Amino acid sequence: MDLGALFGSFDNFLSFTIGGLVFGAIYALIALGYTMVYGVLQLINFAHSEVFMYGTFAVAWTFIFLHGTESATWSLGKALPILLVALLAAMAMSAAIALLLERVAYRPLIKKGAPKLIALISAIGASFALAEAMGLRDRFAGWVGLKDDLEDYVAPGKARDVFSNPVSIQPKGLFEIGGYSVTDVDLVIIVAALLMMVALDQFVRRTRFGRGIRATAQDPESAALMGVNSTRVVQVTFLIGGLMAGAAATLYMMKIGSTRQNAGFILGVKAFTAAVMGGIGNLRGALVGGLVLGVMENWGAAVFGSEWRDVVAFVLLVLILLVRPSGILGESLGKARA
Amino acid sequence: MAGLSSIGRRWDGVVERYNAQPRIVKILAVTVFVVFVYALPLLRPPILTTNATDFGGVMFRVIAFALVALGLNIVIGYAGLLDLGYVGFYAVGAYTTAVLTIEHGSWPFFLVLPVSIGITMLTGVLLGAPTLRVRGDYLAIVTLGFGEIIRITLKNVEWLGASAGIKNIPHPTGIGPAPEPPFEAGGLFEVPRLVWDGFVPSLDNDHKTAFLAFGSSDAIPYYWLILTTLILVLIGDRLIKDSRVGRAWEATREDEDAAELMGVPTFKYKLMAFALGAAIGGLSGSFYASRGSGYISPDSFPLLLSMLFVAAVIVGGSGNRWGAIAGGALVAYLPERFREFADYRMLFFGLALTLLAVWRPEGLLPPRRTRRAKEAEAEIEALEDGELEGAHDA
Repeated sequence: MDLGALFGSFDNFLSFTIGGLVFGAIYALIALGYTMVYGVLQLINFAHSEVFMYGTFAVAWTFIFLHGTESATWSLGKALPILLVALLAAMAMSAAIALLLERVAYRPLIKKGAPKLIALISAIGASFALAEAMGLRDRFAGWVGLKDDLEDYVAPGKARDVFSNPVSIQPKGLFEIGGYSVTDVDLVIIVAALLMMVALDQFVRRTRFGRGIRATAQDPESAALMGVNSTRVVQVTFLIGGLMAGAAATLYMMKIGSTRQNAGFILGVKAFTAAVMGGIGNLRGALVGGLVLGVMENWGAAVFGSEWRDVVAFVLLVLILLVRPSGILGESLGKARA
Repeated sequence: MAGLSSIGRRWDGVVERYNAQPRIVKILAVTVFVVFVYALPLLRPPILTTNATDFGGVMFRVIAFALVALGLNIVIGYAGLLDLGYVGFYAVGAYTTAVLTIEHGSWPFFLVLPVSIGITMLTGVLLGAPTLRVRGDYLAIVTLGFGEIIRITLKNVEWLGASAGIKNIPHPTGIGPAPEPPFEAGGLFEVPRLVWDGFVPSLDNDHKTAFLAFGSSDAIPYYWLILTTLILVLIGDRLIKDSRVGRAWEATREDEDAAELMGVPTFKYKLMAFALGAAIGGLSGSFYASRGSGYISPDSFPLLLSMLFVAAVIVGGSGNRWGAIAGGALVAYLPERFREFADYRMLFFGLALTLLAVWRPEGLLPPRRTRRAKEAEAEIEALEDGELEGAHDA
């Protein structure tokens, strides 16, 4: 244990805090997918991590398509046009996967009124299948005879290896807080995540459709009697979760720059932890939970060593649940006031 | 689909016919069945046998999974607690065995076994005491975190072998001379196995299995050992399910508040289910550590394994011990049987899980109570429909 690493100097402390906020923002965006689905259906959408993972691949593919495979280091400004296209691609890809998931793995079970546990199994199965399908993408390309044409997209080397974005983005320091230089990448990630959260929050609180979502979360039967189309609500819930995961994937690729077929798993577990920590089913809770988790685990990594990062995250979760059994901000999507 | 949904009814039919037989026939039937299961890896029936991997090893894995599923069934099926970190207990059992037999001691396996059960049980209580008070869905994520904490701790603590794991874990003590690889001469006596040429069996005297002695290449003695354990646990499971404790679990699962009002100390019983389930997981882990290759590492206990365990219980029919065993066996067996498809097997496994869940939400062998409730529901619905139609006609 090395408290000096964290508290020894003010810039160290700030750098760990801001680094944590950046990851926390990404966790929060992924956590939205869990929290929305949980709020409406009371189901743990275990396959949401795969929705995110497909988004990260969409980002890398967009860069390969528009730039080529030659590796380069660009500043954020130069990469911005392609990044915006990649954002759209990732959101489209993730949303498509989320909708597919809803259609195949959830809707038949919801219709039958199956127990919640079985929906979890269905999602675990779908999660395995989606991750493996990505790991086998070179085979699929081979089946349709496009392996040579798609070589750059499916497998430089092996399909299961780390898949990198050819363009790595060089962060540039913008201004300094107490000796720590805040980079443009950090700033964009935090601001973008906050904007998306605010937009979603307003959508759920102010629009007619948002009211439908809240009504279904509160009492599905009464909502249906009042004319809310519950199938459509569930669909939109998954769609929103997918869009947010796509945005998170773009931000993640900006920061990390590489992905692989099982990249979603641990991030998904963390994001779900963040959702529970903030109060599952609560949109603002997802933001708070994500940021708290990101910062605390970065501090923990500084004090105990980076190999204990995940342990810090889960121990923190247990502690928070002991003190506040329904999360920091409390649960329920339905209780949000308009 | 109709075929799938009638599996449960057929199973009921089998059970009823069995119950209607005279005592002597019952004993005979059970004996024949048990002998068949014990002899399975020696008989090596065609189609069933895995060709790509050692069939004895696969059967060991099948029973180990069935044992884990039986333990997890107490937690999920009986008490209704979703535990996504069950692999943690499995790892604690395996590491206790490894630490006491080789890493920091040289105890014999059968002395370690009760200690390992005790330690996993204690772990279960330590984890359960603070977390069982939180709501059901939160328990899932807390236990998931626990499984991950155990794995990371194993990976980073030098005293536990860190990421290199622990090698040369001793095998259980046998009777008679210890067998030597490649093919074993030892034990009390040796048993030959069958080889099949198409569907024609013949005796294979070159590959004999030592009885009651544990070597490093032949997995069949381990299979017999763990199968015996499974049968003992099964008997214990039956006794406890039909006792006051079992009824308390059922009441807690169905309606916790009502159970508490009726005077069931629900927290105590939930903790008990958690500890018992943990102990059985630890037991299975102990056997896993001391099997043929005698090697474990933190990577032997990924979180995905937890998901497989949960899948085994739910696919089999949560709450039914035979369902859990069948589920565990399927989850362990299918990927090995279809090893020819090597790279695709996890893909198919995932698809199969989803399809199975969607087609048969109650699991393959749901408990009889669930099925009866479902039938009653259908009956009421039919009645209501009939009444409505009647009203319409009038």
